[in-house]
Amino acid sequence: MSNATKKTATEARAELKTVKQTPGASKPDAILVVDNVVRDFGGNRAVDVDHLEVQRGVITALIGPNGAGKTTFFNLITGFDQPSSAKKMFGGPSADKAAKWSFNGKLLGNTAAASVAKSGMVRTFQLTKALSRLTVMQNMLLGAKDQRGESFLAAFVKPLWAAQEKANIAKAEDLLKRFKLYEKKEDLAGSLSGGQKKLLEMARALMSDPVMIMLDEPMAGVNPALTQSLLGHIQSLRDEGTTVLFVEHDMHMVRHISDWVVVMAEGRVVAEGPADTVMSDQAVIDAYLGAHHDTDLGDDALLEEGAMDAPKKEKK
Amino acid sequence: MAEAKKTGVEPVLRADNLVAGYLPGVNILNGCSIEAYPGELIGIIGPNGAGKSTLLKALFGLVKIREGSVTLNGEDITGFKTNKLVQMGVGFVPQTNNVFPSLTIQENLQMGLFLQPKRLSERLDAIFDIFPVLADRRQQSAGSLSGGERQSVAMARALMMDPKVLLLDEPSAGLSPVRQDETFIRTRRINKAGVSVIMVEQNARRCLQIADRGYVLDQGRDAYTGTGRELADDPKVIELYLGTLAKDVDAK
Repeated sequence: MSNATKKTATEARAELKTVKQTPGASKPDAILVVDNVVRDFGGNRAVDVDHLEVQRGVITALIGPNGAGKTTFFNLITGFDQPSSAKKMFGGPSADKAAKWSFNGKLLGNTAAASVAKSGMVRTFQLTKALSRLTVMQNMLLGAKDQRGESFLAAFVKPLWAAQEKANIAKAEDLLKRFKLYEKKEDLAGSLSGGQKKLLEMARALMSDPVMIMLDEPMAGVNPALTQSLLGHIQSLRDEGTTVLFVEHDMHMVRHISDWVVVMAEGRVVAEGPADTVMSDQAVIDAYLGAHHDTDLGDDALLEEGAMDAPKKEKK
Repeated sequence: MAEAKKTGVEPVLRADNLVAGYLPGVNILNGCSIEAYPGELIGIIGPNGAGKSTLLKALFGLVKIREGSVTLNGEDITGFKTNKLVQMGVGFVPQTNNVFPSLTIQENLQMGLFLQPKRLSERLDAIFDIFPVLADRRQQSAGSLSGGERQSVAMARALMMDPKVLLLDEPSAGLSPVRQDETFIRTRRINKAGVSVIMVEQNARRCLQIADRGYVLDQGRDAYTGTGRELADDPKVIELYLGTLAKDVDAK
C-alpha cells in the first residue's frame, strides 16, 4: 500500500511538467506500464496500445470517441479479458512483441480479475454491477478487503472479526453519506435508480482502499451538483496518495480535475498531455469534441442543412 | 410552444398529480404534474432518484399509476396498456437495453412498426431520410453498433409509428461530446418536424439550452418549472441541481 519513497501529490504533479507530450511518453514515477496490448474482435482491432505509462499519485483522464477501445483497455489490464497479443505456450508473438503490463512493479499478465483487485487496482463499470438482492450496506461491506471472518473457522468465532466488521460499517456509512446514499442503506440495491447504482459502485470500490482506482464513466447519469461535490472527494483521494484513472465524456469534469489526459482513438493512444493542451489540439476537436462543443445548441442556425455532418439530408 | 399555452390550446400530454412506484407502499412519484403543449420540447432534470425515469415509464404504461391521471389530447389514458399508447401516438426510448442486439437494424425498425406492418416501406423511407447512416447499414446486426449508433436505432424505432409525443430517457448518456451534440440537434429537428418531445437528461446544461420549457423534479414532485433559460439561470436550481462546475471551468 504505502510506497517506501512516498511522495506528495503535489510533487507527483510537478514531475508531470517535465514529461514530453507525445503518445506513450515515459513518466518519472509510473505506477502502471503497459506494452504491446492488442485485442482483436474478429477482424476488428479494438485495442492496439504500444506503450502507455500512468504516473503515480495523480489523476489521469482517458478520453476518446465511442468505440475507441477505452473500456476494452480497462477490461484487459484488470484481467476481465485477455489480449490477443498475450504470450502463448506455442506460437503466438515473440517475447519482445507479447503483451506485458505491470502495476506497482508487479507483472500482471494472465492474472485473474480478483487477484488484480487484491493487488490494489480496483475498477468500476460503466454498466453498473450492483448485487441487486443485497442491501446497499451489504454491497458496501463486500468491497472491504482482508476481512478476518472470510476464513471458514474464524467465521464461527465472532470476537475475532466483530471489531473489524464495526470499523467497516463505520467506514461504509461515512462513504454512503458522502455519496448521498445514506438514507438508502437498508434498501435493496436493485431498487436504486440508475445514477444511484453508479454512486454505489464507486463507493464500494473505495471500501477496499485501492492503490489505483479506475473509474469507467463515473459521472454519466449522476446529477451535476452531486458530481461537483464528488469531484472534491476524488481530488482528496489523490492528495492522500491514491492514483486515479478515469474514462469520462464530461469535458468540464475532465478539465476540472485531471492532471494528465490521454486520448485514444481507434484503439491507439493518439495524444497525451495536460487537459488544456490536449483539448485545444485540432485533431482532438475534430474527432472527439466536435465543432459545437462551446456553442449554445439552442441556436437555430444549427438546424440548417449541413450545419452538422452526421444526419446529412434532413427534413426540416 | 409557449404561445400555445397562452391561447388555451389543449396540452398534448398532461400528467396530473401522479403517484406511482415499484414496491408496495413505496412511492417514487409523489404527486407529480407536468404538461406538454403541441410542438413543445420539454426537458426534465433533477437529482438521482428523483423519479425522472419513473415518470416517463408511468406515462408510457410501464409503471402502474396509483393516483392521479394522464391525458393525451384531452382524452383520459390513465392506466392504459403500453401497446394501446403506442397506437395512440406515444413513443418511448428507454435509457439502456434499447435495441434487440441479435436483430439487424432493419428488423429492429420493423419491430417498431409491429402494430401496422402494412406501412413498413413508407415509414422506412421516412426514417432513413432522418437517419441516413442507418440506411447504408440496415443489414448490420444491432449488437455490433456503438453506443451512439444504438441510440439512433432506438430513436428511429420509436419514430416508426409516427408518434405525436416522444419520450426520451437520457438520450445522451455515455456518448462522446460530438455524438451528444448530434443527439441534441437531432432531437430538435424531430421536434421542429412537429413531434412533441419530453426528454429526461443529466446533461442539464445542454438539455436546458434546447428545451422550450423545463421541469426540475425532486423527490417525486415537480419542484420548479420555467423556460429552459429561466431554469438555467435560477440560483436555486443552480445550487440544488446544476452546480457551478461548467461555469467555473468555462470562466477559467
